[in-house]
Order: sequence, then C-alpha cells, then structure tokens
Amino acid sequence: MDQTHNIPARRTELQMARSMCWHCQSEVTGEYFCERCVKVQPVSKELDYFTCMGLPRLLNINTEELEARFYKLSRDFHPDFFQNKTETERNISLGNSALLNTAYRTLKDPIQRAEYLLRLEAGSAKDIRTSPPADLFEEILALQEDLEEFRAVTPGQGPGEVDTLRARLKADYESLQQRQHTMEARLFQLFEVWDTLQGRDQQDVGVRGEKDAVLKEMRDILSNRTYLRNIVDDLVATLG
Amino acid sequence: MARIVGIDLGTTNSLIAYMDGGSPRVIVGQNGRTLVPSVVAMTDNGLIVGDPAKDYLVRSPERTIYSVKRFMGKSLADVMPELKYFPYRLQEQGGVIRIQIGDKTYSPPQISAMILKELKLRAEAHLGEEIRQSVITVPAYFNDSQRQATKDAGMIAGLDVLRIINEPTAASLAYGLQKHTQGIIAVYDLGGGTFDISILKLKNGIFEVLATNGNTHLGGDDFDARIADFFVKEIRAQHGLEVEPHADTMQTIRLEAEQAKIRLSDEQKTTGTIDLPTGNRKFRYELTRDQLEARTTDLVEQTLGPCRLALKDAGVDPSEIDEVVLVGGSTRMPLVRRRVQELFGKVPHSELNPDEVVALGAAVQADILSGGTQDMLLLDVTPLSLGIETMGGVMSSLIRRNTTIPASAKEMFTTYVDGQTSVDIHILQGERELAKDNRSLARFQLKVPPLPAGVPRVEVTFLIDANGILNVTAKDVRTGQTQSIEVKPSYGLSDEEVERMINESFKFAAEDFKARQLIEARTEAEAILKATHKALGHGGSLIGPEELATIHASLAALDAARAKHDHRAIRAAIAEVEKTTHHLAEVLMDSTLKEALENKKLSELT
Repeated sequence: MDQTHNIPARRTELQMARSMCWHCQSEVTGEYFCERCVKVQPVSKELDYFTCMGLPRLLNINTEELEARFYKLSRDFHPDFFQNKTETERNISLGNSALLNTAYRTLKDPIQRAEYLLRLEAGSAKDIRTSPPADLFEEILALQEDLEEFRAVTPGQGPGEVDTLRARLKADYESLQQRQHTMEARLFQLFEVWDTLQGRDQQDVGVRGEKDAVLKEMRDILSNRTYLRNIVDDLVATLG
Repeated sequence: MARIVGIDLGTTNSLIAYMDGGSPRVIVGQNGRTLVPSVVAMTDNGLIVGDPAKDYLVRSPERTIYSVKRFMGKSLADVMPELKYFPYRLQEQGGVIRIQIGDKTYSPPQISAMILKELKLRAEAHLGEEIRQSVITVPAYFNDSQRQATKDAGMIAGLDVLRIINEPTAASLAYGLQKHTQGIIAVYDLGGGTFDISILKLKNGIFEVLATNGNTHLGGDDFDARIADFFVKEIRAQHGLEVEPHADTMQTIRLEAEQAKIRLSDEQKTTGTIDLPTGNRKFRYELTRDQLEARTTDLVEQTLGPCRLALKDAGVDPSEIDEVVLVGGSTRMPLVRRRVQELFGKVPHSELNPDEVVALGAAVQADILSGGTQDMLLLDVTPLSLGIETMGGVMSSLIRRNTTIPASAKEMFTTYVDGQTSVDIHILQGERELAKDNRSLARFQLKVPPLPAGVPRVEVTFLIDANGILNVTAKDVRTGQTQSIEVKPSYGLSDEEVERMINESFKFAAEDFKARQLIEARTEAEAILKATHKALGHGGSLIGPEELATIHASLAALDAARAKHDHRAIRAAIAEVEKTTHHLAEVLMDSTLKEALENKKLSELT
C-alpha cells in the first residue's frame, strides 16, 4: 500500500472504478457523480468512512480538513438539492447523506474513530467487560461496597457516618477520573504509534506484528474505559 | 418549478412568506397585517379564520378554537393539565385528540388545515397564482408524531409539504442571509406555546446545527395563564365570584391577561377592567412589571435548563457563542432578555422582527428546495433519541439525539422460538431508560418465514429523513427481499384517516361555498323585497293595474324562492323582479326628478 498521504485519492478511484452508473450504464470514474451523465451515484456500502471522507486510515485527523470535506460532500448529497430530481436520485441522495453524516460523526470523535478503526482492522471494537480489569479489581470491589452501604443509609443514621461515606466515595470518584485520564493519554499515544506504523512498509512482517500489538492494546483500553465509565456514571447518579 | 411558499404555523399567529427576487417577504393581508391569528371559529355563517375569528373567542367560546398547535400529535392525557382555559370539549380516538364542536369532531390537523388554507388563499390572492407546495416550520423539539401531524395538516389543506423545518433553524437562515454572520450562534425561540434552543455553527453558507433542546409545552400562553390565574383569584377575593364556569368571561380574562403582559414589556405598570358575568360589575386591576416577573420567573427558569443541555451536547461553552438571536413574540419580555443575557454573557440580537423571522427563513428554505439558491445549506439534527423496546421494557437507542439528519440505523432481528412467523417491534423516542417513560411512536409486526429459532435474519432500517420524520424499511437478508411494513402510529392519524379528511375538506369547501352563495342570495333578496315594497308605496299610483299585478306576482315568487335552499332559484327570482320593476324605476326616477325640479323652482321663488 502507498506510504504517502495521497492514499485517499487513489483509494477512492480504485473503489469507484468497478462501478457502473445506474443511469447511463457507463463506467463511473468520477468520485460520486457519473462524469458522463452527471447523475449522483450511491456510495458503495463497502466504502469505509475514512475513504468516504477522503482521508488516510490514520488516527490523528485534521478536524478542520474533515469538516471542510463534510461540508463539501453535504453540498453534493443533501436532499435539499435533489427536490426536483427523479425518485431514484432523491433516494440515492437520502442514503448518501445518511451515510455521510454517520461517517462524519464517527470520525469527528477520537474515541469513536478509534473504535471504528478497530472494527475495520480487527473485526470488533471492544469486548464487553462484565468483571473489572485486573489492575482495578481491588479498587472497584471496595467502591462497590461503599456504594451499597451508601444506598442502604437510612435518614435515621448519624450524619457523621453519611459524610464519611460520601467523602470516601468522592475520593474514589476522583481516583477513577484520574484513571480514565491516564487511559486516554495512553490511547492517544497509541494513535501516534499507529499513524507512524501506517507510514511504514505494510508488507514488513515486523510492522504487521507491531500494528496488531497496538490494536490489541487500544482494544483493551477501550474495553476498560467503557467499564470504568459505567462505574463512574453509576457513582455520579448515586451521589447526585 | 412551481412556486414554493414558506409557512410559520404558530401557536398564536401564523404567517406565509415567499422569495421575492432574492429576499424573503411576508405576505400582508387585506387588513394590512402580516400575522394571521391561529384562531378558527365555526359560526352559524360558516367557518371564520384569523382576525375576524378572534371576536368569537368571547362571543362563542365553545365554537372557537385557538392554540390548536398544543394538541398536534398529542393524546388527551398529554394535555390534561393545561385545559383550564380551553373552553371546548375534547375527546380521544385512536390516540388522537378530537375537538368537539356541535355534533361534529375535528382532529388538530384538520383545524390547522383551516389556518393553512386561509394562508394559502392569502398567498394566492397576493401572487395571483395557485399555491400547491410549501415548507412548514415546526418547533425544533417537536417529536415524530407532532411533525407527522403537521404534514397531515398540510395535506388536508391541499398543500404538498415538501419540507418540515425547525423554527429556530429557519430563523437562523433568515438571520444569516441578512447579516452574513460566521461563527457559533444560539437561537433562543420562545413562542406562544413552545420553546426551543438551538446552537448552530455558521460557516461559508453551511448552517450546521450542533445541538437543540426545548419544551413543546412552554410559551407565552403559560405566562398569560399565570396572570389570568391571578385575575381569577382577585375576582374571587373582591367580588366573591367564581368565574371558571363562565367560558366567555374566562376568555375575556385570558385575552386581557395577554394584553397586560404585552403592555408590561414597555411599561412598568398597567391597569385595566374586565366585565364580570353577573350584573354590571367590573373587575379593575393594576399590575406592575415586578409582579408579572415574580409570577413568571420560574417559567423563564424552565427555559434555561434546556439551554445548558444544548450547550453541553454541542460541546460549546457559553463564552464561545458569538451571537445570541431572539425569536418568538415572548422574547419581547424584559425578564426573558435579562436571563438570556446572563446565561450567555452577551446582549442578544433582536433586529429582525421576532414574529416574522421564522416565516422569512421558511421562504429561504423554500427557495433552496426550488433550486433558486445553492449558496446556503441547512444541516439540522433530530432533537430526540430514537430507539426500540428491548427485553425487560428497556429502550435501546438506535439514533442518538442531536444526530445530523438524514440519519439511519440498521438493526438485525431474528426469532426466539421455532416456527415463529412474526416479530413485534415497538419504536420509541426519548431520553429515558425505560420504554414506558419514552414516547411511543409506532408498533409494527415484522413477518418472518417459519424457520428454526435464530435462523431468520431480517434487517430493519430506521431512517430519519430531512424532515425529522421516521421511515422504516425491512429486508430479509436470506432472500434479499424487501418487505413493506405497515407502521401503526401510536399518536397519529392513519393514512386512510388523512385521506378521508382531505376528501372531507374538499367537500366542506364545496359546502361552504354553496352555503355562502345561498346566504348572499338571500341577503340580496331581502334587500330587493324591501326596496320594491318601498318603491311601490311611493310610485304604485303612477303605474297601471296590470303592471302592478305583474310586480306583485314576481315579488311573491321571490318571497317563495328565498325560503328554499337553491341560490340559483333565488337569483332567477331576483332577476325577474328587476325586470318587472324596470318601468316602475324609470317612472319613479322621472317623478323624483320632476319633484326635485319643482322643489327647486319653489325654492327659487321663495
């Protein structure tokens, strides 16, 4: 695969080259419009969001560029501009717009972007965790106990006891928040690593091995992060 | 491309606008006003809409409908708490409110259609062409049922609704067109019955909504009700009188409350009187702006929560907002302006008429749809999360709130037991965890081939279109066949019902027209009879007995015709009277002339 940043343009051409215009049956060489009859073409379902947006499969994205691309394609696809066209074209416009909106929303947010990349590269974004990650096990177990105790508190109990519990939960909350920040910081470090690896020779066995390791670590972080977030949300809801 | 008009179908007032050579323009009615009060009166003389209908609010409160927008897409239970000032009787049928007037019932879309028709007529008179296509605005926070009800209203009125757009975003279009603003703006829209807040990013002609929030049952009406409640209490205290059973007095109180509120936007203190139902007693009141604000401050507070949520969802800090735009008549209240300014830390803009800016924006959107301009593009969002009910009565979200529309989500369905032939799907809208706490949009049954459990694979696509309205399609993954789905709306008219209402509306239109012709013919007949009898009194002696007999015969014929229900027969009889009295008229004219001349001579002599 190409190593430079003109990957997107080439990819798009490759993706679209095999499709035929639904209207005039000629080969579609333009990006999303038939160059011969200028009809809008449905975006291929196999087209990934990075390609759709004309971006390389990297994790650090220039959001200005992404937005500009989104606006440009919105102008190409939006149903507002297909009101007077045939029903087929209106339906393509609707489908393309919906896909474009999903692509933009997914890539705009770094976490969703990483999860999406994992789905593309490794089949699934994350595991659904049902038990705490090993390094958090003790901490979370203690927290669960505190939470249960706090919920069981009756108005009759001494205010001192409630305050102590509340303070402990607050400390737990802060520690978990800190944990989350650390995870995210590591995740963003991995973004850099991934992007560097994408720039290297993709046929190299060593590069592939490194990429797999990065993907695995990102996947673990994302799984743990989701688990942690649910705990934190629960905590916030309980504390009010 | 035929002309597309933009319509602001408001709770209190409605407007219609069009694009006039690159700039939007609101159409002024024959009465010189742009606003058509959203009031419909069913009188003995037929249907009356707008300004003249307002008179009937007090004259025949039980036959005069206002604020019908509050009932759009709602069930009776939804609106129960706010019915105190509504004098008409409500029923429910198929999840849709029905308003009972006499022995007939009307759904809210039917009533809205009457307002739309009035606007349509106004535009047709002004533009001299038939209007068939429109863009209609709705509060951004309207759910699917409310949007669908608005679309139904358009159809019943004989208008093809090409697009439903959100009021604050429509306002931003008009505003952006005028001011060429770039950056992040907040549109605070407090109307007669609804509140919306939208945060938008304006860049190179793209109007991207980042987040929206609101309350579809909070507006000027609620402020009026607070003042009216105060009046009712005062009347009880001062006069020992319960006015609540008197629908006409209640309407007078409500309208007076509205006027007092409006005056207090400019004045610090206002006074007024209200006629009471018994005797000729009057209630005199004095109200200060401080009192008004004290009684309504919680209502203004209720708008701030949604503002904060919208900012949070947009990921925008109040300090990042470049401009705040005020929309809706209720933003004229100083308290509202103060609180908005405090929240956003900026003096809000109100250069454009807050009553008209939404209709102007609708006209701009209509122009975009008709291909008139491609410079501007609105990217709006869905205000509420869309999902389905899953096991245990939990809502599983498929499309999150504030997702840019069009938006779609796919979900795969299969069976739990062998040979199962259908899967029930319940579609919900809302932000709560449990299905029962969210708005039920629709239910439908997915047909599946009888196979072992887990084998069938049906992919259902939920698509929210650019109107914010849901479309559902299903595909059997194994066979690749698409299947049509009959979605039964939980709170909406069925297609058949809308169809029937469209037909009825045409029938009513024809009936109304016939009724009006009959009334006009009868009125004219009465006038002619009276005039002829008078003429005979003056000049009966000047004509021959035969002629006199002919005239009397024609008068008798007209008298008989006027009792019947055929306006053509009346017209014919009128023509006959005119023919037989032609000579009499001439004779009378001559004699009058002679008299006049004689009088003149006499006067000259003296």
